[in-house]
Amino acid sequence: MVLVYSDNKNLTIEMLNKAAELAKDTKKKVTAVIIGSADEKLAEEYISYGADMVFIAETNLKDFKAEEYADILSKIVKETKSETILVGSNKNGKELSARLGGLLNAGCIVDSNNVYMKNNKLLAERIVYSGNAIAVNQFNSKPAIVTIPSKAFDPLKKDNSRKGEITKKKIDGEKSNSKIIKITEMKTGGVNVEDAEIIVSCGRGFKNKDDIKLVQELADVLKGKTVGCSRPIAADMKWLSEEHWIGLSGHKVKPKLYIAAGISGQIQHIAGMRDSGIVVAINKDPDALIFKSADYGIVGDLYTVLPKLTSAVKEKMG
Amino acid sequence: MNIIVCAKQVVDVSEMKIDSATKKPILQGVPQKISDMDKNAMEEAIKIKEKHGGKITVLTVGPVNAKERIKELLAMGADEGLLVTAPENIDYHMTATLLAEAIKKINVYNIILCGEASIDMFSGQIGPRLAANLKIPQITYAQSVTAEKDKITADRNMGEQMIITESTYPVLITVTKEINMPRLPSLMQILSSANKPINEITADSLIKNLSPLVQTIDLKGVSMERKNVVYKDDIDESIKQLVNNLAKEGVLRG
Repeated sequence: MVLVYSDNKNLTIEMLNKAAELAKDTKKKVTAVIIGSADEKLAEEYISYGADMVFIAETNLKDFKAEEYADILSKIVKETKSETILVGSNKNGKELSARLGGLLNAGCIVDSNNVYMKNNKLLAERIVYSGNAIAVNQFNSKPAIVTIPSKAFDPLKKDNSRKGEITKKKIDGEKSNSKIIKITEMKTGGVNVEDAEIIVSCGRGFKNKDDIKLVQELADVLKGKTVGCSRPIAADMKWLSEEHWIGLSGHKVKPKLYIAAGISGQIQHIAGMRDSGIVVAINKDPDALIFKSADYGIVGDLYTVLPKLTSAVKEKMG
Repeated sequence: MNIIVCAKQVVDVSEMKIDSATKKPILQGVPQKISDMDKNAMEEAIKIKEKHGGKITVLTVGPVNAKERIKELLAMGADEGLLVTAPENIDYHMTATLLAEAIKKINVYNIILCGEASIDMFSGQIGPRLAANLKIPQITYAQSVTAEKDKITADRNMGEQMIITESTYPVLITVTKEINMPRLPSLMQILSSANKPINEITADSLIKNLSPLVQTIDLKGVSMERKNVVYKDDIDESIKQLVNNLAKEGVLRG
């Protein structure tokens, strides 16, 4: 059995396609897992996207705790005799998978954007050394756990005629001694850099918070409207929220056009934007690393270049 | 308060060179260091000890020369080090198992602190796997913690949410880079740390027949084919050419 789980619906749907492919290669079936309330509508939807079965683990857990979810998932893995487990690679999914690996003594690879069978072994590739290499990892044992980031795979075409089986079961997981005291939703301006087609990003080269409007203005005329940034702007200065942060510990993006202004091009940042289509860099330091990762670069002061570029683009686009 | 800090010796990724022919990273001769976030974990351990007293043990699974790196953490403020010498091709499962076995030997602990992830692999698996092996709660991605006598509270940065979680002891916590600024030890501290003990045990003496569940069978280079057209001269002319090229690339259509 190939098991698919994420608390994110879209990620689950994307993984179902990959799971179906792996299941075909190993002559197995695909089971999507829902943990929480018995959401049959969601289960039907997963079936329409390629799940052969949906396993609903009914729990009355209020919030996500990796300890408790990993325990529940380990019971489902055993009950369904699953050999391959795909989990959505968000923050919850990664700590859940690693803990599950510990519970089951199972191998686990996180953030894999390429999973396939070769010589009857499951292989999972992932980027290592801050984007300097791709490690090809081979699983020597079962079960195998792989976490998959969003947009790594396209979903199957939705087909409401697909048939599948829904199993509901009450599962009591082990209780953790940790306690959630408070959850605060971070203010989101509806920014989603991971889905953006055009991104204009800012970095340490910006002197004041107000200057970020230079990036916003360029993003607006490009009709991309999406602003990204490197670590210092989000994590140290906190001039932009973390939903704008692109990099190894931030978001990984693949827009058609990526413009980096005042970003030096540390490998941690490159790891987040390397899959972009066309990359443009603006930096006053001709030796800045970012130029090595760019298709086009302008050596110049961003305070001069950005306003001029904005009006030139505006003129060109009419 | 007895605190265990798990630290990993890693290659300094920022010093890594790429072989221009194969595009593969050259791993030989790259300087080694303690992974960045593990130093944040160390700093946080010192802060907790300053408030509550106790003992800090640094625990490392790695090659014999990792002893040199452990010395840096002893200079920062750890009381003693324990190095589990392990074979080279070790996976997450083996590392976490060896850490767990070593910790069972240490026996008395309240808090285990780890970095969110190591800068070489950036998987973030060891903390949660270790917590599972020891059957204790895990609090990941902590960007601030407050330790009290019988419980610890952490602010977890989950991107879209900020979650405050507390736990009784024992507990495992992984920390992010934002939690603190690791101190630089003074020369005095470096010199006096020479007397602090670093114990060394072999993986085999902890557990026999440990084998990897995952194996890295190839390290592929990453081709980063970019045009690298850089305009250096007149800014107005540069912008004109850039905009023309972007239009040709078809990325200026709204």
